[in-house]
Amino acid sequence: MEGVIELNIWQMAAAYIFIVILLVIVKARGISREKEIIISSIRMTIQLVLTGYILVYLFNNMHPLYTILAISIMEIFAIYNIYKRSKTKLSKSLKKIIALSMLLGTLSSLIYFLLVVVQISPWYNPRYFIPIAGMIIGNSMTGISLGVTRLVDGIDTQKHLVESALMLGATPKMATKSIVDNTFDSAILPTINSMVGMGIVFLPGMMTGQILSGTSPVTAIGYQIAIMLGILGSVSLTVILFVQLGYKTFFNEESQLVVGE
Amino acid sequence: MFSLKEVKYKNILNVKHLHIKKNKITCIIGESGSGKTTLLRLLNKLISCDSGEITYNEQSLKVIDSVELRRNVVMLPQAPAIFSGSIKDNLLIGLKFSEKPLLSDDHLTEVLNLVNLNKELHDNAENLSGGEKQRVALGRVILLHPEVLLLDEPSSALDEDTEYLIIDALVNYTRENNKTMIMVTHSKKVAHQFSDEIIEIKRALVNVL
Ligand SMILES: Nc1ncnc2c1ncn2[C@@H]1O[C@H](COP(=O)(O)OP(=O)(O)O)[C@@H](O)[C@H]1O
Ligand SMILES: [Mg+2]
Repeated sequence: MEGVIELNIWQMAAAYIFIVILLVIVKARGISREKEIIISSIRMTIQLVLTGYILVYLFNNMHPLYTILAISIMEIFAIYNIYKRSKTKLSKSLKKIIALSMLLGTLSSLIYFLLVVVQISPWYNPRYFIPIAGMIIGNSMTGISLGVTRLVDGIDTQKHLVESALMLGATPKMATKSIVDNTFDSAILPTINSMVGMGIVFLPGMMTGQILSGTSPVTAIGYQIAIMLGILGSVSLTVILFVQLGYKTFFNEESQLVVGE
Repeated sequence: MFSLKEVKYKNILNVKHLHIKKNKITCIIGESGSGKTTLLRLLNKLISCDSGEITYNEQSLKVIDSVELRRNVVMLPQAPAIFSGSIKDNLLIGLKFSEKPLLSDDHLTEVLNLVNLNKELHDNAENLSGGEKQRVALGRVILLHPEVLLLDEPSSALDEDTEYLIIDALVNYTRENNKTMIMVTHSKKVAHQFSDEIIEIKRALVNVL
């Protein structure tokens, strides 16, 4: 880690001054967003400082229970966030499907990725487990969030076509096929787009962080490629689980469309 | 063919007793909002009644698989459903939904003639007029050759001449092929001219005329 520049308190202060200058410009322009900028900057600072202390504690006191606890909190937070981000009210059964797909999809991807690809030891090593879980859970959360919006809106706006298909003898699966396909596409599109631009348009956050903290770019790129494949796999898996189980919650056992129950 | 006893659906429909005969043409009339569409949806099992019993061929709808039933008792909705694609796509989609073998273009053209639509199979269906869409949707239902045709105001977007032409063709088709037709219509004239049986719904109560 030779030659790495550790940021001291004055350098950090300089970073904040940058935001202060931004605020002055925003104010002069008459854009009333200064409150949001201040609050989100402070919130980000507090969250990261706390996370930093927690990570230091976890790394120094390795224990499987601590790792499991950390993952559980991340999963609960992610699932709750998907519920909160949804603009429409979600049915109880759809909420259950969201939670189930998130847990099954992210945990199986995570286990494969950590134990087969990276081969960490011990299996609960928080230095690898926690940041990688964060990336996999975070990206899957974004994917399902998009999927939830698309699926609920799709069935709502195309209710007439779905019912017309049922009237002709379609199964619920056939009647919602185009909506389900569309949902899957739009949910994984951001992940695919970010892979396309990677390394040319921008350097991904994880790799940037590793390089800045002194890791060789070759090592950083190796991890980045592996983690991107892990993210793509996890996003696809969670979204597939979500749509394949989710469309069914809009129908009852008589294959009748029930919206808003 | 269909028999309803003490059927209630929300506050919308209340049927004490109703029998709909096999191989006949039954018309349903009544003011708008009286529950005509709701009655067809019950027969297609798109909704289920809150109390009472509906039977199809002496079998309670409760024990018949919904998808199976809808493949024999096909419903044409009041507002025609057009899926993205050509007229051909829209005709074939019914066969795909009910998992029946697809038919040749000759067959499809024949059906277009039956519903009196002068268009090419590969024309885009989404650009058609309301009345033309209605006829595509009607053609799609006929291609399925179901035992029972449930038609919800199939001629509402057509001018009177075309309306008579098409209903006449539908009635002939039904009689020649020993099918059963249950049709909601806004026109008492149509009902009296073509039907064997007329059902009138008044303030949620069903009467056989
Ligand atoms: N899903 C529903 N929920 C509540 N009310 C409905 C629903 N569908 C129809 N209605 C109401 O039931 C009544 C009958 O509707 P409908 O069967 O469509 O009448 P019609 O086809 O005779 O014009 C109307 O007052 C309508 O507003
Ligand atoms: Mg109606």
